[in-house]
Amino acid sequence: MLTESPFREGQAATPPGLAELFLAFAKMSLSGFGGVLVFARRAIVEERKWMTAEQFNEAFALCHFLPGPNIVNFSVVFGSRFRGIPGGIAAFLGLVGPPMVICTGLAAIYAAYGQIEWMQRTLAGITCAAVGLFLAVIAKMLLPLLKARDPVALLLLGAVFVAVGLLRLPLWIVLLVSIPVSIALTAFVRSRGAA
Amino acid sequence: MNAPVGTLFTMTWTFALMSLLAIGGANSAIPEMHRVAVDVRQWMTDAQFADMFAISQLSPGPNVLIVTLIGYHVAGLAGAAIATVAMCGPSAVVAYFVSRTLYRASDARWPAILQAALVPLSIGLMCASGLILALTADRTVIAALITLAAALLAFATRLNPLWLLAAGGVLGFAGLV
Repeated sequence: MLTESPFREGQAATPPGLAELFLAFAKMSLSGFGGVLVFARRAIVEERKWMTAEQFNEAFALCHFLPGPNIVNFSVVFGSRFRGIPGGIAAFLGLVGPPMVICTGLAAIYAAYGQIEWMQRTLAGITCAAVGLFLAVIAKMLLPLLKARDPVALLLLGAVFVAVGLLRLPLWIVLLVSIPVSIALTAFVRSRGAA
Repeated sequence: MNAPVGTLFTMTWTFALMSLLAIGGANSAIPEMHRVAVDVRQWMTDAQFADMFAISQLSPGPNVLIVTLIGYHVAGLAGAAIATVAMCGPSAVVAYFVSRTLYRASDARWPAILQAALVPLSIGLMCASGLILALTADRTVIAALITLAAALLAFATRLNPLWLLAAGGVLGFAGLV
């Protein structure tokens, strides 16, 4: 899959410049309520045609299995492939900078007025709905895995859930154990499937 | 607000480490954020953590910006900036180098196995995030019902999530939660 360069010269109509990268990522970030991915896909694939849908999926899949905030990783990978490290930084600053200013403003308002009774009530209501939205996102991710009925995957999922959600173990301990176990099991199952 | 340098330092390495542990994205790290911010360091109460989750969902931009709110709460403007950079920086550097390496790599077998191995772990972490947030937010029956209704509507319809958040806010303002 990765043997062929996903970013052929001349694929994009015109390779974006630094200012263009910054502005494009700022725009998709500021329109992204409840996740930026949808807006990123629309801007990059449909509007600006900087990537085909397949290229976008491939680049995003890479950022999804790497640690850290996916879309932030994606901005760096995307920007740097067009304009090197400065391009990565421009896209990163566009994605994170403007919403970070907004978030800091909201944090200041919360620090000043967050304890007012009606603010507390309203925020509590918003939190309930926000958690509901979050659960829906999880359900959508969980569904394909449940449908696949892969016992190894479900066992690993359950073990991580119990360790982190119920036992509240530190994340690094859980990952230190579960990542090697999961890789070994996955490689083992695949090699047997291939044989 | 005048946090000692020690606190800023603690926050830097806490989030820098978390950046590299958040497999599957920032939402996978919510249990760890909650554990550190509420239980271990006692930077905030359970309810304040829930408020910050709500505010981060209300504002545009990547979900990771909940760390900006946590950082501001702990150490003001400097805290907000440091928390955000610490949470985004290390993983971005890793992504840059891995993507450059894979760009040239010819063997796509290992990335595929790695991906297959990490997906169940990351979804397990997301489920734990969901549980912790639900336990934090839903302290009454009505609160739990609002969460359930929002979850069902978001799952089954293409309704703009902002409407659901607004509806939750109105119900909360009315004193129902």
